[in-house]
Amino acid sequence: MSTTRYDYGGDEYLLVMFDEAMDLATNFKIQAVCQEIKHRNVAGVIETCPANASYLVHFRPEVLHPNQLIDELKDIEKAVQHADSLRSRLVDIPVLFDDPWTQECAQRFADRHQDPSVSNLEYLMRINGYSSKEEFITAYCDTPYWVSMVGFVPGTAWCYRMVSPDRAIQAPKYIRPRTDTPERAVAHGGVFLCIYPVRGPGGYQMIGMSAVPVYDPEEHLPDLRGRYILADAGDRWQFRPIDMNEYNDIRAQVEAGTYRYRIIEQAFHPNTYLEDPARYLKRLQEEAKHA
Amino acid sequence: MLKVIEPGLLTTVQDLGRFGWYHIGMPPSGAMDNFAFRVGNLLVGNDENAAGLEITYVGPKLEVQQDALIAVTGGDLSLQINNRPALLWQAHRVTFGDRISLGSVTRGARAYFCITGGLNVPLLLGSRSTYMLGRFGGLEGRKLQGGDHLQLGPRPPSSEALLGRAVDRALIPVPSKDLEVRIVMGMCNYRVKDESLADFLDATWEVSTEADRIGYRLKGPTFQFKPGEQPFGAGADPSNVVDLGYPVGSIQIPGGLEAILLLNDAVTGGGYTTIGTVIKADLDRVAQASPGSKVRFRAVGIEEALQARRAREARLAQVRLALGIFDLAGELGQ
Repeated sequence: MSTTRYDYGGDEYLLVMFDEAMDLATNFKIQAVCQEIKHRNVAGVIETCPANASYLVHFRPEVLHPNQLIDELKDIEKAVQHADSLRSRLVDIPVLFDDPWTQECAQRFADRHQDPSVSNLEYLMRINGYSSKEEFITAYCDTPYWVSMVGFVPGTAWCYRMVSPDRAIQAPKYIRPRTDTPERAVAHGGVFLCIYPVRGPGGYQMIGMSAVPVYDPEEHLPDLRGRYILADAGDRWQFRPIDMNEYNDIRAQVEAGTYRYRIIEQAFHPNTYLEDPARYLKRLQEEAKHA
Repeated sequence: MLKVIEPGLLTTVQDLGRFGWYHIGMPPSGAMDNFAFRVGNLLVGNDENAAGLEITYVGPKLEVQQDALIAVTGGDLSLQINNRPALLWQAHRVTFGDRISLGSVTRGARAYFCITGGLNVPLLLGSRSTYMLGRFGGLEGRKLQGGDHLQLGPRPPSSEALLGRAVDRALIPVPSKDLEVRIVMGMCNYRVKDESLADFLDATWEVSTEADRIGYRLKGPTFQFKPGEQPFGAGADPSNVVDLGYPVGSIQIPGGLEAILLLNDAVTGGGYTTIGTVIKADLDRVAQASPGSKVRFRAVGIEEALQARRAREARLAQVRLALGIFDLAGELGQ
């Protein structure tokens, strides 16, 4: 698909499809377009939902005819053709890989898995050509992940590893979805990683447990007060392997309501990234250290 | 104050919904039969967005602890005030200590209980609606339990004048177990074989027992996909697409094996092929379809969808007129 497709989602939604495939450059543009729609405060627009290769607009057709909205969106897309800066946060996510809880869960649903003789993490490691857990976890966490979309249930963030597609870590979903997944499970499906915001069904391969929540309906933690979820589309999440001691330590702070997320606000320049991804990410990392 | 004696099967606090938060994965929630709910509020003199109760299949028993007007609308069920039968779609005066008893829904699936002042649960992200999957909004993010107490909001000034006024029978929709709903086809249906899309529109679908506020699973023919390589990042199954936003009312076809119609507590996005979206004007009738109901889809263009939308608003304007409510405060109507 080379041209943008606009399609009606009934009488009060529009789906704008940029591409059929996942591509970071496309997603950068989608984030920029959605930030601009919000910025322009287009009359009749109720909400926008940026997605991986498309975005959804919910609007009042009484205020704005869908075809007028399409014209308006085309105008906005033209204006952000050369999006040079996006609001993007660098967020530290401490993860206990190969944890006992997701392993226990995997055992309960062994009959739905491709290879129940090994843990989900070992399976992921093997099909992606890694020979040791340490090597895999190091590679898995050596670069930040781009939050390309937020949705499904509140707080679910699709995290895309910021490497070229040939270096992508990929995994099939479970053959049949599980009916249970622990809250905060870190899991991988297709080319995406996600953290389960609440306990519930799921089909991604579970490889670890985040020490920090991504959804906080009770507004227990100061950083999530009034916003309820951790993710913003356009965030960069840096996963950091931790041991059981640090995990327990952070959990205690979360339970006490004193945990503070490590979040650094940065301006992100998509074009500079696309010119030399590794170099630009290193530069942002350096800047973050001094922030 | 309103005391819950018995909660019924699944009774939740709802208003017109929570908008502006789709991008964090928060669906709108809100009353599923939007028309019946708005009429309920009009009958007791409330703003259309005041919070009331959505009753599913089996109604609650309630005790009022202050004077108020109440109205019950939506699907058919028995309404008794102190063991005396009372009419639906009409405002009734209740006083301290009165017992309100609602029976089982005999036609339709959901009924609405509205009371002057509305239910004053906390306003979260602009709404009082309950979103159970996310444990959010309403009363502690859950369905009602026996022993719950619900506070009422301030009483609107004009409510007393509405006592005894009823909605014209001709304006009240009659729930059916056999319904035709209009749909705007599109989105990802370019991935589906033409024969399958034709079958979808020809078939009579059955609402399965998996039918709740998140969505209805529909039983009918299977779908075939056009051959071709899966796009990068989509997933291996031909029904997988690179994850996108799902409109409320959209139909997705996981595995090509079934059709799921997403409703007010929908998952806001995911990676299944969506083939079309039921128009807003017909979602009220969908809300009243119980398991076993037969559904046929009729494809319409965008102009017909917008026309149907205007017709529905005009019907609501007639209700307001009949009740002597002359302000045109209909903009909240989602």
